[in-house]
Amino acid sequence: MTNTHSAQNAGLWWRRWYGAGPGHLLLTTASLVLVCYAGLRLLDADEWMTVVYWVVGAALVHDLVLVPLYAAIDRGLRALLAPHLVNYVRWPATASALLLLVWFPLISRAVDRYERATLLPADVFLVRWLLMTAALFALSLAVAALRAVRRRRAGPGGVNAGPTEPR
Amino acid sequence: MTDRRALLDRLPVSPRFWRSPLRGTWLTSVLGVVLLAGVPLLLVTGLLSYAAYNPDLSPLNDKTPDKGLLGFYLFSWPTDPHWLYRVTQGVHVALGVALIPVLLAKLWSVIPRFFALPPVRSVAQALDRLSLLFLVGGGLFTFLTGVLNVQLDYVFPGSFYRLHFYGAWVFFAAFAAHAALKIPQTVRSLREHGGPIAHIRSTTPPALVPNDDLAAPDPAPPTLSRRGLTALVGGSSLLLFLTTAGQSIGGPLRRTALFAPHGGGDPGGGPNGFQINKPAALAGVTDAQTGEAWQLVVTGPQGQVRLSRQELLAMPQHTAALPIACVEGWSTEDQHWRGVRLRDLAALVGYEAEGAPDVLVESLQLHGSFRRAALRHNQVRDPRSLLALQVNGADLSPDHGYPARVIVPAAPGVLNTKWVARLSFGRVL
Repeated sequence: MTNTHSAQNAGLWWRRWYGAGPGHLLLTTASLVLVCYAGLRLLDADEWMTVVYWVVGAALVHDLVLVPLYAAIDRGLRALLAPHLVNYVRWPATASALLLLVWFPLISRAVDRYERATLLPADVFLVRWLLMTAALFALSLAVAALRAVRRRRAGPGGVNAGPTEPR
Repeated sequence: MTDRRALLDRLPVSPRFWRSPLRGTWLTSVLGVVLLAGVPLLLVTGLLSYAAYNPDLSPLNDKTPDKGLLGFYLFSWPTDPHWLYRVTQGVHVALGVALIPVLLAKLWSVIPRFFALPPVRSVAQALDRLSLLFLVGGGLFTFLTGVLNVQLDYVFPGSFYRLHFYGAWVFFAAFAAHAALKIPQTVRSLREHGGPIAHIRSTTPPALVPNDDLAAPDPAPPTLSRRGLTALVGGSSLLLFLTTAGQSIGGPLRRTALFAPHGGGDPGGGPNGFQINKPAALAGVTDAQTGEAWQLVVTGPQGQVRLSRQELLAMPQHTAALPIACVEGWSTEDQHWRGVRLRDLAALVGYEAEGAPDVLVESLQLHGSFRRAALRHNQVRDPRSLLALQVNGADLSPDHGYPARVIVPAAPGVLNTKWVARLSFGRVL
């Protein structure tokens, strides 16, 4: 009995002191050992400080620049557009922005060596991105128009819910 | 007091600042499950790519010689199936690109946590925070170096191989612990709410669940359903995938890879009109070096042999249908190569066909970190491994390695050395 009690007390004391179960400590420690093992090799270079900037900077730029930027654009969109239209802009804009984000070096022609290394034309990516963006918006507009027509045909209280319903 | 409270609520440190009704355990769980399937597949295909270089064969093949225990799994890279590296590396790059929207959505779903105050409430939480830095920083770093490298935009600080390999291990170490700690909560959350499919098909925003610490305490009116969000993230992933994967499939589908660096079309036309990595001009190889005066030097224990291109053409010629597959993820369909078997060249300097050893291949090229590289004996002995002189019925073009190049089944592109100058059998440093 006393043994069970003291074991329970020890468990409580541990939880209060540490904040989680012992499994958490075990897993996190094992993970951090591996992080250090690989991380020290990652930093074993003349430019190790630049590598630190890149790793920490990637997280900071994401949290403090990228997220506020797209959140602000989205807020602007919601302020400008009627609620039932917002998503018809959100969808193509997001897809287009992600294409731009991933392929930015090629689209912006920032890669000097691309043509010399592949013998492929470098000026096609910007054109393709603009055309793709236009196509995405056109598709979205077509879907919006189709849905508006169907809603009108179904009449009030038809298969589709009211215009303020989120889609 | 209320004024201070109201002011605080307008700052990101307050949970009330974050008002999207879509945030919640359900969303984080659904996205987490996708990453739980995708990230290990990225790790495995990435580790296979490292093994494909045969880094334990020669220091010339190894850009991370200080890998230590991280090379625990290395094995002799096989030559069968001959499309092996096309598939593993094509999956690695196309999947990595397609997962970017999911990764960003996952970070968005938990972003209030990154700003929460006080940042640390216990020892366990302090360790979690530290681990999160490696998870987020390491993850973004690994994706970023990969995305830049496939676009040939070498702006990252140092060798891509080192940064991406060790960065991936930092990311995966943090990812594995994070996944293990969160799986029970994820499973519980998805079970309670009818499974992930029920969520992603639902045309309404999620109902508020009591005690959901990822949900907004003061949610704004919904503007997007769960199905709408799935379409947004999943649709973007699909679009990225469909405009990338064609560069690893080839044929007419290459045209669908609108944004991939080796998508769109093929350079030039004719028998040599397939994808090029580094033409002769960029490698610093001149016509004077590859003209009549060129000779291949073959060395082994029985001395040295010099062969002109005419003499090579006079040896038994063999054909092999093999692709070029690059670490950047792109590849070509099978090209029809014709030339001398590597094992026949080994025989010239004293090796039986079945006993051919490892070989060191040296190129005329001045630049490029694999201008000297080693091939393992199983690669040398494979009857499809050639010193190719022709491709698709024509002489090799200068940009595809004229006068002679190595082609080995299932090997990464950089080990298919172009403009070969010397083959040293049995001595790989």
